Amino acid sequence: MSKWENNRAWFFILPVFVIVAFSAIIPLMTVVNYSVQDIFGPGQRFFVGLEWFREVLLDTRLHDALWRQLTFSGLVLLIEMPLGVAIALTMPKKGWASSLCLVILALPLLIPWNVIGTIWIIFTRPDIGLMGSLINSAGISFDHTANAFDAWTTLMLMEVWHWTPLVVLLAFAGLRAIPEAYYQAAKIDGASPWAIFRYIQLPKMRGVLTIALLLRFMDSFLIYAEPFVLTGGGPGNATTFLSIYLVKIAVGQFDLGPAAAFSLIYFLIILLFCWLFYQALQAVEGGEKS
Amino acid sequence: MIIRKRTIALIIYLGLLFLPIYWMLNMSLRTNADIMNVFAWYPSDPTFANYMKIFTDPSWYNGYINSIIYVTMNTGISLLVALPAAYAFSRYRFIGDKHVFFWLLTNRMAPPAVFLLPFFQLYSTFGLIDTHIAVALAHCLFNVPLSVWILEGFMGGIPKEIDETAFIDGYSFPRFFIRVFIPLIRAGIGVTAFFCFMFSWVELLLARTLTTTAAKPIAATMTRTVSATGLDWGLLAAAGILTIVPGALVIYFVRNNLAKGFALGRV
Repeated sequence: MSKWENNRAWFFILPVFVIVAFSAIIPLMTVVNYSVQDIFGPGQRFFVGLEWFREVLLDTRLHDALWRQLTFSGLVLLIEMPLGVAIALTMPKKGWASSLCLVILALPLLIPWNVIGTIWIIFTRPDIGLMGSLINSAGISFDHTANAFDAWTTLMLMEVWHWTPLVVLLAFAGLRAIPEAYYQAAKIDGASPWAIFRYIQLPKMRGVLTIALLLRFMDSFLIYAEPFVLTGGGPGNATTFLSIYLVKIAVGQFDLGPAAAFSLIYFLIILLFCWLFYQALQAVEGGEKS
Repeated sequence: MIIRKRTIALIIYLGLLFLPIYWMLNMSLRTNADIMNVFAWYPSDPTFANYMKIFTDPSWYNGYINSIIYVTMNTGISLLVALPAAYAFSRYRFIGDKHVFFWLLTNRMAPPAVFLLPFFQLYSTFGLIDTHIAVALAHCLFNVPLSVWILEGFMGGIPKEIDETAFIDGYSFPRFFIRVFIPLIRAGIGVTAFFCFMFSWVELLLARTLTTTAAKPIAATMTRTVSATGLDWGLLAAAGILTIVPGALVIYFVRNNLAKGFALGRV
């Protein structure tokens, strides 16, 4: 679709621009301000240049947290994307059954994030939890507060439980937008279910799946409340992801300078990924139009 | 036969999805002593004491009211500012359009942890700490970009010829926008409102930081009471179950909207 060329369209953007600038640019400038100063108290601040950035970049615990974060996000995408598409394909397309599925699927998405953590504590605790006690009574010791592997398993399960429905809902919306005529044509051609999936459903879902990928990557990259409630970053530092580490520095130790420098680096990493995904999205949309 | 296997797989998945929620429901209907002593699949002697406590104690139920107030405000603000912006992005080419769109997206991806401290200082300066509007505005950081993004997608599906025809028929722009265009993307607005509600309802880090007592969200009330009373699992579970209820209601309404949106997509 060719667009009208008109710079007065900026007036439409203005309200959004003002409101997001208020809650994004001003705070970001404060962070930049902190990141180059050493602050002892009101009126006692010294310009330290890039000192904090050097300190943060050489911090090995930060490197560990970053790798942990990348591993976590990668695993999340690997599990949730195929599972989400598979579930969406099994869903009934219309009628009450379809509505019921949608309602159940959307439930985990609307639970506050720390309540998600609470649910999973209650569910996996060895003493009162269903999963915890079942696994332990099967003779396998399972305790997410003491064992790093168990903590990761629990977190992954929680994450998959929590967010796969989002992928399902997006994929399902994409599937429903395919006109019935496509399927009729495929039927006339005698296409196998796999061929229908590969040549009709998958290409038609490309747009929504790119969005799902983008959302899932970013949100798993920013994860804070659920692991904070469930494991508190432990045992040891086994589940200390970037956000948890950042809040530890900023609020726990109140090291404003390093925390601000860390924030900026964190934000730049996200900006980089965001740009890559945005390019991919543009390419997909361009491909659909031509 | 394939269909039947698929249905079974779907039912198993939905069952597993529901299991942790069921377990919390189970806990919420039992007393704390009962929970710690006996392992039970279902409450043998169900009690509503936990729920009664929440409904009679203002420090508990005010949390729900606060959450609902700021979530509603946020959804309203987000839709109001995002509608014209999404229209501009979907219909016009102008200087810096791609850059602004990308900049908006980056805010959707910004880690709330980064904005924690600066937000607190910013809103203190304006005297907005512990008000509902503070949380509503803070959540605009990610909800406004998301709304623009979703709405732009829906608007892109409406052919531009509709706009042109309406203008030729003598519609003024505001009248066209309200009378013709908004009804056309009603489903999109429903879906957007759903996502705004969702992300504002579930966010806790910013909401907790910007409030102390008067506007404290329910999720924060939960964490504090847990540390104050030791761990009262039954009460905690009951509070958790009640946080699911508004969400379930919202889904129920959007479900109809989604169906309409589907019919609309064929037009």
